Amino acid sequence: MSIFRNVVFVAAISGLLAGLVMTAMQVYATVPLILEAETFEGAGGGHHHGEAAAAGEAAPAEGEEAWGPADGIERNSYTALVSIVTGIGFALVLVAASEFAGGIANWRHGLIWGFAGFGVFTLAPGLGLPPELPAMPAADLVARQVWWIGTVIATAAGLALIAFRSSALFAVLGVALIVAPHIIGAPQPETHESPVPADLHHRFVVAVTVVNLIFWLVLGAAAGAVRSRFLGESGAQTSLA
Amino acid sequence: MTANTTTLGTAATAKSRVMPLLMAALLGVVIIGVSGFAHMEVVHNAGHDYRHSMAFPCH
Repeated sequence: MSIFRNVVFVAAISGLLAGLVMTAMQVYATVPLILEAETFEGAGGGHHHGEAAAAGEAAPAEGEEAWGPADGIERNSYTALVSIVTGIGFALVLVAASEFAGGIANWRHGLIWGFAGFGVFTLAPGLGLPPELPAMPAADLVARQVWWIGTVIATAAGLALIAFRSSALFAVLGVALIVAPHIIGAPQPETHESPVPADLHHRFVVAVTVVNLIFWLVLGAAAGAVRSRFLGESGAQTSLA
Repeated sequence: MTANTTTLGTAATAKSRVMPLLMAALLGVVIIGVSGFAHMEVVHNAGHDYRHSMAFPCH
């Protein structure tokens, strides 16, 4: 009856915490690189945003400018808002998925679940579609989104088969699922020629990967800590339902 | 993994746990979908830096 409520509770607290940490890391590590890359926009296509106008592939320019936050505090506030909301979204998926496997027992156990989340949502899709900066060339947006989502699902399913099925056949199937998206290959732009310096992009790839690793470790550990405390407070019983 | 594992709802039977867990996961997926993948220009602009920082496919 209250399983849903309990999952939402644990996810809300851990997602909020991880989202706040994510915000701080972005402001420090990734947003400065994004702003630097935006100075190359116009030199090589790409899109503009915010006050600059909106002419991305997602919405072909029609002379109409969509709303965008002003640079500075307003822009970072929206980044914080989206980080926290999406952090709770990722937490819901992580907590719900882990409950199927018996739940995250404690914060240390949560670190392992966090690593899994990092592998599924950052590492696997990032192999074919490395973190991209504004002004960089990219293949069709929908094609990339389809590949990204497909890779996440295949990697998650593959990891689950390896972790929660004891037969060697399932382990082989799991590895095949993890490898398959990379054999299919991610949609690539016609040319990788970019106005963004390779050095800047490299720094961005490293920053995004590390920031996401920490995000997932904080999320997993927080979910484990909140959940075990939640269960502990409910008395001798180890259940909340 | 076993029946007496501590979970957020051991009192419930395995079957009745599946739906609420799936609903919670679905809610999470919808949230991620809107903030990370929706093509709406306003949502994109608000979450622009986050989308790039999460390596979501963007613009």
